Amino acid sequence: MLQAVTSANRESGDQPWVGRSIERVEDAALLAGRGRFIDDLGVAPGTLHATILRSPHAHADILSIDVDAAKSLPGVAAVLTGTDVKAVTTSLVVGVKAPVECWPIAMDRVRYVGEPVAIVVAIDRARAEDAAELINVEYRPRGAVVDPLGAIVSGAPVLHDGFPGNLASDRSFRYGDPEKAFAEAPHRFSIDIRYPRNSCTPIETYGVVASHDAGEDAFEVLANFQGPFSIHTVIARALKVPGNRLRLRTPPDSGGSFGVKQGVFPYIVLIAAAARITGRPVKWIEDRLEHLTASVSATNRATTLSAAVAADGKILALDWDQVEDCGAHLRAPEPATLYRMHGNLTGAYDIRNVKIRNRVVVTNKTPTGLNRGFGGPQVYFALERLVQRIAIGLRLDPLDVIKRNLIGAGSFPYRTATGALLDSGNYQEAVARAVEHGRLAELKARRDEARAQGRLYGIGFTAVVEPSVSNMGYITTVLTAAERRKAGPKNGAQATATVGLDPVGSVTVHVASVPQGQGHRTVLSQVVADVFGLAPKDIRVNTEIDTAKDAWSIASGNYASRFAAAVAGTAKIAAERVAGRLARIAASQLNVEAADIVFAKGFVASKRNPENRIAFSRVAALSHWSPGSLPDEAGQTIRETAFWTPPELTPPDEDDRINSSLCHGFIFDFCGVEIDRVTLGTRIDRYVTMHDCGTILHPGMVNGQIRGGFAQALGAALLEEYAYAEDGSFLTGTLADYLLPTTTEVPEPEIFHMETPSPFTPLGAKGVGEGNCMSTPVCLANAVADALGVADITLPLVPARLAELVRGAEPPPPAGGASAAAVRGGDRRLRGEGQTAVKGAPEQVWAMLLDPATLQSVIPGCQRVDKITETHFRADVTLGIGPVTGRYRADVELFDLDAPRTATLRGRATGALGFGNAEGRIMLAPDGNGGTTLTYSYDAAIGGKVASIGGRLLDGATRVIIGQFFTALARKAGGGGAEGAGFSLFALLAKLGSLFGGRR
Amino acid sequence: MTRLKADQRHAVRFSLNGKPVEDEAEPRMLLSDFLRHQLGATGTHVGCEHGVCGACTVVVDGMLTRSCLTLAAQVDGCELKTVEGLAPSADRLGVLQQAFRRNHALQCGFCTAGILMSLDHYLSRHPTPSEAEIRDLLSGHICRCTGYTPIIQAALEAAAELTSSKKETSNA
Repeated sequence: MLQAVTSANRESGDQPWVGRSIERVEDAALLAGRGRFIDDLGVAPGTLHATILRSPHAHADILSIDVDAAKSLPGVAAVLTGTDVKAVTTSLVVGVKAPVECWPIAMDRVRYVGEPVAIVVAIDRARAEDAAELINVEYRPRGAVVDPLGAIVSGAPVLHDGFPGNLASDRSFRYGDPEKAFAEAPHRFSIDIRYPRNSCTPIETYGVVASHDAGEDAFEVLANFQGPFSIHTVIARALKVPGNRLRLRTPPDSGGSFGVKQGVFPYIVLIAAAARITGRPVKWIEDRLEHLTASVSATNRATTLSAAVAADGKILALDWDQVEDCGAHLRAPEPATLYRMHGNLTGAYDIRNVKIRNRVVVTNKTPTGLNRGFGGPQVYFALERLVQRIAIGLRLDPLDVIKRNLIGAGSFPYRTATGALLDSGNYQEAVARAVEHGRLAELKARRDEARAQGRLYGIGFTAVVEPSVSNMGYITTVLTAAERRKAGPKNGAQATATVGLDPVGSVTVHVASVPQGQGHRTVLSQVVADVFGLAPKDIRVNTEIDTAKDAWSIASGNYASRFAAAVAGTAKIAAERVAGRLARIAASQLNVEAADIVFAKGFVASKRNPENRIAFSRVAALSHWSPGSLPDEAGQTIRETAFWTPPELTPPDEDDRINSSLCHGFIFDFCGVEIDRVTLGTRIDRYVTMHDCGTILHPGMVNGQIRGGFAQALGAALLEEYAYAEDGSFLTGTLADYLLPTTTEVPEPEIFHMETPSPFTPLGAKGVGEGNCMSTPVCLANAVADALGVADITLPLVPARLAELVRGAEPPPPAGGASAAAVRGGDRRLRGEGQTAVKGAPEQVWAMLLDPATLQSVIPGCQRVDKITETHFRADVTLGIGPVTGRYRADVELFDLDAPRTATLRGRATGALGFGNAEGRIMLAPDGNGGTTLTYSYDAAIGGKVASIGGRLLDGATRVIIGQFFTALARKAGGGGAEGAGFSLFALLAKLGSLFGGRR
Repeated sequence: MTRLKADQRHAVRFSLNGKPVEDEAEPRMLLSDFLRHQLGATGTHVGCEHGVCGACTVVVDGMLTRSCLTLAAQVDGCELKTVEGLAPSADRLGVLQQAFRRNHALQCGFCTAGILMSLDHYLSRHPTPSEAEIRDLLSGHICRCTGYTPIIQAALEAAAELTSSKKETSNA
């Protein structure tokens, strides 16, 4: 191989482009409305559109699916259920050794709210949605588990027979001699953490366009998938084709991902299956409700972390007990969230003894996957909360405890107890600079002053090692050493880049990094411009990927902050190889040695005699126009593809030590927060974040990553939680329920940098995009704990939760009374009772309640009522609540009839928007004036979509609908506008059953 | 008032960035879908379809409007401005757009169109806004990439530039 030449710009003394915040090449199109996101691109004529019918239940058997009405709707091409999908696909592979299947659509059982149950394919989206409403699914609900610790309690409902007790994996690890350290240490501190579910939720949702060529049995898919492309193998296998028959492409632009768009892959399988079955291209764009409910989320985790501590605060050993909740299916690449940080479980600290128990459990929630920070937030929340607890317990300054434990500046590269090789850093220096430039002394004075005035003010600290460039083999740490030997080694992280020169000598670069808005094209143009002595505008970069034509590997994609460290460096390697050959060619033309060649200002020149030069484009084009005139040893310069994988990324060793990532940046954060005594809202007074991410390629983009990560972390700390009811109902299905930070909540963090280049990467750069998602949540939590003087802090720090900490739990409301009063909290059932006066004798009212025609006319939104038996009615009702209107089928049965005095009713309703159950008691009594006094009580439960989006609206809507019913019944019964009116048990229960009906 | 039939397509005509446009839509078709999929004006994006994220914001008859909460039929006869109408020409960006590019006020660019529309509308009416006013205005938009502060900075810079160029013009 020819020796590469180094960037001429540096040698010639010119400022290199790398390191400058040049304007982004991506921006002009995006700012003018000319972006090319997946839903902006046209589709082939005849393309069909899909919509997905999803489960309203967290856990239920599917008894039957009636698709006849949907199929017969004009414009509908197909309705696919699990059976249809199973006929053309196989199960997705599962990342642990267990007899468990993982389908992208429910087969005979649903295991989370939002799980696909049927796919409707029609000529347009609206018709597909119309048809989906006509599908009748009969479910038999099962008990649900939503809590990871609750899932492994004996007797808990089991999701998969192949995961006994819902336990998908249980591994223990031991490094050093933790037992001895705990036995001998003077202090032991312990902390229990429940890290919540959340998601970085991009503003663009998932999109897939798939087609199938039956002649070659080959799929072509366009999806806003972000990688890793190891998932390509999972998709191809599920579609039962070899990899070369799954052409996966990505659109030019993607509307953010933050890991989340890895989770589109099950839908690639579904939509590709639909294309195969219909023989037509099929397009699907996810909507926001689908995205929040059922796309993917970060894992929630229950952690118990203990530390053996010396009197001076030195941590001698850690004992981790992590229970990871991966949701209803263990979907690839899970349980990666748990193992991504395995080498980094000692954080930024020099701790040699570590004990770990890692359990992975399944629960009735959306399956988890990639999310910015990936495992880091969960780990650092426990570790850094514990460090603060140690300081308080030993009456030390928290910053002193951090400093006492930091890895020594002279220790790099440093091998952690669990196997990570920390490449470079000077943590002490970084802390010292942050303390000085971030004015910690002044912040402490602010705190003292605020406290002297009786205000709630606290300061939090955190030190974090930010891993980047994942070792593709880290996930195999979940297997035992023996299992790994059997499976063969997995390790490394192949990055690739291609540099091409066209016949006029202009330069094209292609990489498989699949940017999601980070500006890769701009940075690559800087990197390659430096090598060739050109300007960034001379370099055209393409970052779309096409697995049929482009260089890629399983490690390709946009994750684990691998761009700057791995991909940009690989582009440099590819460009330098081409430059090396160009130097040989130019040397022969200029009659100098290749070592004397320099690339600068658009020319290839002699260093010693800069006047002796030739235009870059001329040398660059020679391979096209006159290959015969090239020096023999030079080789072509038309196209060079480089692959690069760092040798440091070795597989887990026999003792389960794993270098889980290549690069390790360092972050030290501190902040001051004030909590309003009345509202208990948390206001960030100052947030200081110090980063050492190695060599900085583009300062503007690095700060952009830090600000963006900080804002998302602020959301995770203060606002965001994917909330579930105990029955598994999903409660945060709109952006009005799942609150994201806005301009009014996000302050500007004070960002400081230090650059300790990585010795392991071509450009010295390390990843930077995920760090604040790891450091900021716990830094804010430590500050809030300091402000309130409390030990147990659970995210998100919403005022209601802080109120419980400060003021104790809110007392229950006074018993009895109001009708239709909703009882929230534990069981979230809706209960109510009431009394009303109706004109007409009890016998008359009784007859009305049992008469289908009367009922149909007085139930709001009622389409029809069928009398199945004397005491069994079935109704179709259409109701709108909040932003959605839907049809429900209600079944109501009457029991304990004592005409015309009392009856018990039991109702059940299901529809596209959810399900409900209700039971009620009604009593009729003569009022002495020829009328009837009607007394009623009900107890109802509700679940499904309406719970996800309408939770806030249920009480109000209940009152409105009951009011409408009484008005109508009164009109019917009394023939006049008398107030009071009547009551139809059936109607109320149909209503309640369908809407306010019970959450069970 | 025209009575529209649910199952029929009706003509919708309006002015889009100063040019007349016309196509047919069912009464239930959203303005956002009409703009994007019927007229091919895909610069306006759809992020939530329930009016929270702000990505789909356009200007209808001088009013900031969520196109995902508006039916296409409602804007018949109106004047619409979308992100495609902001640049002075296809190869040049306007002052606000340039400020966004200078300040790295966008990353993925998906939410950007809506934010630009709100700012363009606001700055034309409030030429010297404070940071607090800009933050208040943009609280109706969600951006997941930038952490917002570069957007605020860009808005303030653009406001200053627009004001000074107006002064120059009036002085001249």
